[in-house]
Amino acid sequence: MKSEFLLQIKELKATIDNKEILKGLNLEVKPGEIHAIMGPNGSGKSTLANVLTGRDIATVTHGSVTFEGKDLLVMSPEERAREGIFLSFQYPIEIPGVSMVNFMKTAINEQRKHRGLEPLSASEFLRQMREKKELVEIDSALTNRSVNEGFSGGEKKKNEIFQMAMLEPRLALLDETDSGLDIDALRIVANGVNKIRRTDTSVIVITHYQRLLDYIVPDYVHVMYDGRIVRTAGPELALELEERGYDWIRKEADVNEETWTTDRK
Amino acid sequence: MDYRPEVINKLSEIYSGSHGTFLKNSPEIFNRHRETAYKEFLRLGIPDRKNEAYKYTNLEKSFGYPYQVYYSPVPQDFREAEKFHCEVEDLDVWNMVLLNGFFPRGEEGLVMLPGGIWVGSMKAAAKQFPGLVEKHYNKYVQGENDGLVPLNTAMASDGLFLYAPKNTAYTKPIQIVNLLHSDQDIFAQDRNLVVVEDRAQLSLLVCDHAISPQHFLTNTVTEVYVGQNSRFEIIRVQNQHNNSGKITHTFIHQERDSYASSNNITLHGGLVRNATWHMLNGENSETHSYGLYLADKQQHIANFVKVDHAAPNCNSTQLFKGVLDENSSGAFNGRIMVHKIAQGTNAYQSNNNILLSDAARMDTKPQLEIYADDVKCSHGATVGQLDNNALFYLRSRGIDAREAKLMLMFGFAHDVIKNIPIEALRERIDNLVQKRLRGELSRCASCAIQCN
Repeated sequence: MKSEFLLQIKELKATIDNKEILKGLNLEVKPGEIHAIMGPNGSGKSTLANVLTGRDIATVTHGSVTFEGKDLLVMSPEERAREGIFLSFQYPIEIPGVSMVNFMKTAINEQRKHRGLEPLSASEFLRQMREKKELVEIDSALTNRSVNEGFSGGEKKKNEIFQMAMLEPRLALLDETDSGLDIDALRIVANGVNKIRRTDTSVIVITHYQRLLDYIVPDYVHVMYDGRIVRTAGPELALELEERGYDWIRKEADVNEETWTTDRK
Repeated sequence: MDYRPEVINKLSEIYSGSHGTFLKNSPEIFNRHRETAYKEFLRLGIPDRKNEAYKYTNLEKSFGYPYQVYYSPVPQDFREAEKFHCEVEDLDVWNMVLLNGFFPRGEEGLVMLPGGIWVGSMKAAAKQFPGLVEKHYNKYVQGENDGLVPLNTAMASDGLFLYAPKNTAYTKPIQIVNLLHSDQDIFAQDRNLVVVEDRAQLSLLVCDHAISPQHFLTNTVTEVYVGQNSRFEIIRVQNQHNNSGKITHTFIHQERDSYASSNNITLHGGLVRNATWHMLNGENSETHSYGLYLADKQQHIANFVKVDHAAPNCNSTQLFKGVLDENSSGAFNGRIMVHKIAQGTNAYQSNNNILLSDAARMDTKPQLEIYADDVKCSHGATVGQLDNNALFYLRSRGIDAREAKLMLMFGFAHDVIKNIPIEALRERIDNLVQKRLRGELSRCASCAIQCN
C-alpha cells in the first residue's frame, strides 16, 4: 500500500565520530507540504540534511526513513536524487573545469534514464535551461562557467535554486539557503522556490531566521534541539522564536525531556 | 651497478668513429660547437639521481637500452612518414611531418609561408641565413649541470628551423608532426632553433607520435628567441608508447614587452622529461608554462621548469597538473629565480596531482630564489585524491559515483587544457583526455601500437 506520506522519519538516531547527534527524531511530510525546521546551532539540523541525502559523514544507528514508502537509508546519494530528493547546499561546492551545462545535462539525463525516459535533445535541454534561468533570475553568463567557480555567495544560492528548477524534485531540502543573502537576493531565491513548486512538491526549510518564512510560508514549524524535534506548531511559532530566541525552548526541553519522550509514544 | 660508463663509452665510440660523417652531414655551425660540448658532456655525464634536477627521475630505463641506430634515419623510412595523416578535425594549421626529428627532404631549401615566415631544416637555414643562425645557435642553452644538453650539441646533425622576421605574423599555427618510426631501436637527437624577431608572432604545435613498437629515445634541444614586443606559443602533444623515452630541453629567451607560452601535454610515454627554461631578459614581459600529464602502468613523467626573472616588471605563471594511476610516477621541479634587478616581479606557480592508486607516486618540489624586494610570488603544490565534497555534490544531483569521479578528473585536467590557444586542438585534447581517463582508447587511432 502506498503511504500517504512522502517522507516518514521514525525514531532516527545518528552519530558523527561516535558522538550521537540525532537522538530519536520523528517527522512526517505529506506531498505538497512545507515544513520549516528551526533551532539553535548544533541542534542537528544539518546532520538531518546529510542523513536524508546520504552523505557518509553521519552514521545512522537506529530508526527508519522512508520516501514514498521505500527505504531511503539503503539508497546511494545518486539514487535518492533520482527518486526526487534535492538538497540546496548551505555551502555549494566550487568545481573548476566542470561546466554548468555539462553538469546539468548529465544530471538530468541520469534522472531520465532512471525513469525510463530518453535523454533530452540538445535543443530541448537548452530551452529548459533558458526558461529556468529566467525563473530564478540567474545571470546567463553564470551558466556558461564552471560549477559555482568564482560565483558570489548570492549567485551560488541562486544556482542551487536553478538546479532545483531543472531537476524538479519531489522533496526539496533547503539547508540555510537564506544565510549570506541580502534582502533582494533572498526575495529572488524565495520567489524562485515558489514558482518552481508544483502542488505536490514538498519542501523542508532549514533555517535560523524567520525572514525566509515570510516568503516561503510553512504549513508547520518544528523546533529542533539536541537531536530531536521538541516542538511543532504553525507559522506563528517562527515569529515567537524570532522574538524570544531559543532559550525558553532549551529550558523547556531540558525539563520536559523525560515526559516528552513518553508523550510521543 | 652503474650502467652509465658503458653507455658513455658507446656514445664516445660513435662520436669519434663517425666524426667524419657528422662533419660532412651537418651545418658548419653545428660542427664548430661539437668538440667543446662533447668535452662538457664527458665532464658531466648522464645525470643520475644525485643531480638535484633529476632527483626523482631515473634515466636508466631509457638510456641503458642498447639502441641500434644512434643518429641518422634511412631514406626508405620517409615514405612511411609521408602517409601519416593528423586526425584532429578542423585543425587549420600549416603542417610538416618529420621523422625521428629529421626532415624527409632535409637538403632542400626553406619554405616561406604567407606573411613572410620561414620554415625548414637547420641544414638549409645554415646556408640561407648563416648570420642569423650564427647569432642565435647555442646562445640560450643553460642546463647548469645537465649533461644531456651538451650531449645534444655534440651529436645532433639537424633539426627544425623557424624564423619570423621583424613585423611578420602567420595567422595559422605551424604544426610539426614528429613521427618515431623505424624497424630498428633508435636513439635520436634533434636540435631546433626558433627565432621570432621584434614585433613578430608565431605559434608552434609539436606532436610526437610513435608509430612503430621499437624502443625509441629522443633527446631534443630547442632554442627560442622571442624579440621585443613579439609573441610566441609552443604546444607539445606527446603521445608515445611505453617503450619510448622522450627528453626535451626548451630554452625560451624573451626580450622586452614580449609574450611567450608553453604547453606540454603528455598523454602517453614510457619515460618523459620536459625541461622548460624561461628567461625573462627584457622588462615588461610575460611568460606562461603549462603542463598536463596522465600516466599509468610503469610510466614516469617529469617536468622541470625554470623561470628566470632577469628584468623588472615581468609576470610569469607555472601551472602543472597530473593524474597518476597504477605504478606510474611523476616529478615536478619548478624553480623561480628573481634576480636583484627584477623589481615589480609577479611569479605564480602551482602543481596539483591526483593519485588514483596506492602505488602511484608523485614528487613535487618548488624552489624559489628571490633577490629583489618588490616581488609577488606564490606557489602551491598538492598531491591527493579527488575532493569528496565535490564528489558528493555531483552525486546529490543524481550522477553516479563513477561518472562523477570522471567528471572531476576531467575538470581537473581541463584547467590546463583550457590554456591551449588553438580551439580545434583544445577540443581534441579534451576528447583524448576524456577517453584516456575512461580507460578507452588512449592514443590516436592511427597508432598501431598496443602498449598493454
